[in-house]
Amino acid sequence: MRKGPSAFNIASIILGLVFLYAPIVILVAYSFNASRLVTVWGGFSTRWYVALFQDAQMLDAVWVTLRVGVLSATFATILGTLAAVALVRGGFRGRTLFAGGLYATLVMPEVILGLSLLLLFVSAGLPRGFWTVTLSHTTLTLAYATVVIQARLRTFDRRLEEAAQDLGCPPWKAFVLVTLPVIAPAVAAAWMLAFTLSLDDLVIASFTSGPDATTLPMRLYSQVRLGVDPKINAVSTILIGLVATGVIAAYLIQQRAARRATLG
Amino acid sequence: MKRRGSGLAAILPLLWLAVFFALPFMLVAKLSLSDTALAIPPYLPQIDWNRGLKGLQAFFAALDNETYARLARDRLYLDAYLSSLRLAAIGTGLLLLIGYPIAYGISRCPPTLRLAVVMAVILPFWTSFLIRIYAWIAILKPAGVLNTALHALGLPGIDILNTETAVVLGLVYAYLPFMVLPLYAILERQDERLIEAAQDLGSTPLSAFWRITFPLSLPGAAAGALLCFIPMAGEFVIPDLLGGSETLMLGKVIWTEFFANRDWPAAAAVAIVLLATLVIPILLFERQQKKVLS
Repeated sequence: MRKGPSAFNIASIILGLVFLYAPIVILVAYSFNASRLVTVWGGFSTRWYVALFQDAQMLDAVWVTLRVGVLSATFATILGTLAAVALVRGGFRGRTLFAGGLYATLVMPEVILGLSLLLLFVSAGLPRGFWTVTLSHTTLTLAYATVVIQARLRTFDRRLEEAAQDLGCPPWKAFVLVTLPVIAPAVAAAWMLAFTLSLDDLVIASFTSGPDATTLPMRLYSQVRLGVDPKINAVSTILIGLVATGVIAAYLIQQRAARRATLG
Repeated sequence: MKRRGSGLAAILPLLWLAVFFALPFMLVAKLSLSDTALAIPPYLPQIDWNRGLKGLQAFFAALDNETYARLARDRLYLDAYLSSLRLAAIGTGLLLLIGYPIAYGISRCPPTLRLAVVMAVILPFWTSFLIRIYAWIAILKPAGVLNTALHALGLPGIDILNTETAVVLGLVYAYLPFMVLPLYAILERQDERLIEAAQDLGSTPLSAFWRITFPLSLPGAAAGALLCFIPMAGEFVIPDLLGGSETLMLGKVIWTEFFANRDWPAAAAVAIVLLATLVIPILLFERQQKKVLS
């Protein structure tokens, strides 16, 4: 029998969550502040949101970021699915080296990754811009996508696929028709994670982007360096709202599916 | 048959890693042996392919370790190197102290509540890193939220923005979920009967914790520590936004050499030194990963 949490346990959880959420709450609150000053409350206002939607450069950056995010997350998920299959089932030569390289990208400091990718593009004579950022973000997020899909694939019952093959289905078709639908939630989660990481990246984008492809974090960073600007609070609040809605919705859908599975 | 199929699946990701991960590192190593020059790109030598093999020979002959010698002579780089490792180590230590009680607390919650709290810990990770660090500027600056609150309580204000304290605070804040999750994963799996057995044999709850729960959770602590220490040592955004001009960390040095000074060979040499330092922690992390996954 597991004993319930003690007062100390509850206090540490609550303090931890306050620490994690307080800065975010403050940021959101001040995005509705009429005053430009952070510490003066000038009444409720949506003027920074209005100003934000009139800022063409900012909207441009949002558009670039979303396109890079969708493309690189899609590439990373496809490559990550292949990598996960190879790692879970493969007994091929070089597997250890492959896994080693993949996990190294997980913890590699971003400045090193950014600098090295930039040198690749310079050496190859590729002009820096939209596509170089997209390729770099695919590299950055590939390992994360692999880890998420790998975890699911490990518990997948291979006999389902073998049954399909015994009935005459070629292996790749069995994978697409049988395995992929079963692991689809993990693939979707991997895509979401890759997309979020791409949206969030400042360092690698700064190294590998050109003048015509400024991403939102790059734009925000140059604003932040000039000082605290309530417009940044507004754009942050929108981002936080979108992400929180997405993550909570995914959680609730998963909970409902789990409940249905235990009831049925 | 099946084996060959899964081997085939590896080809594309393997090629990708070779082109976009392994090859670029060789280019960084090569660049660190080059010299700065007023050219585009701003370094020499370049391989002259028109001269064929001779061009290649001339290229290798022109590589030298002058950049490293230059870095070694300048005290600034050594200071940045040491303070990177120091701040990352302090951050990791604090994360263990703060993360452990949280992870342990979650593992003691009823199962239904557990998942919700884990979600709550992960959620901030999904929101922009840059924005979360930026939020701390508004809190810590001299006339910021923290000082306003302190003054309202009649307490003296503190001015820690643009100091190492603020950098450590930012590191702990940003990496807390990465410490809590591996610790929680191992604490949650622990067999409760071990504790019951100890208590049946007369152990107090506290000594049962120290002698059973804690030693068994050490692999999780090691995983969390490596997962935090390695990227923190090369962190750029946090020292740049919260540390001001006084705080030197290698990630920031690489950025400045590259963007502000246009000294590409120096940036590459610093990157190689950082990488060489992190090789052992990275290999340890991979061993840990393999153990967890198998």
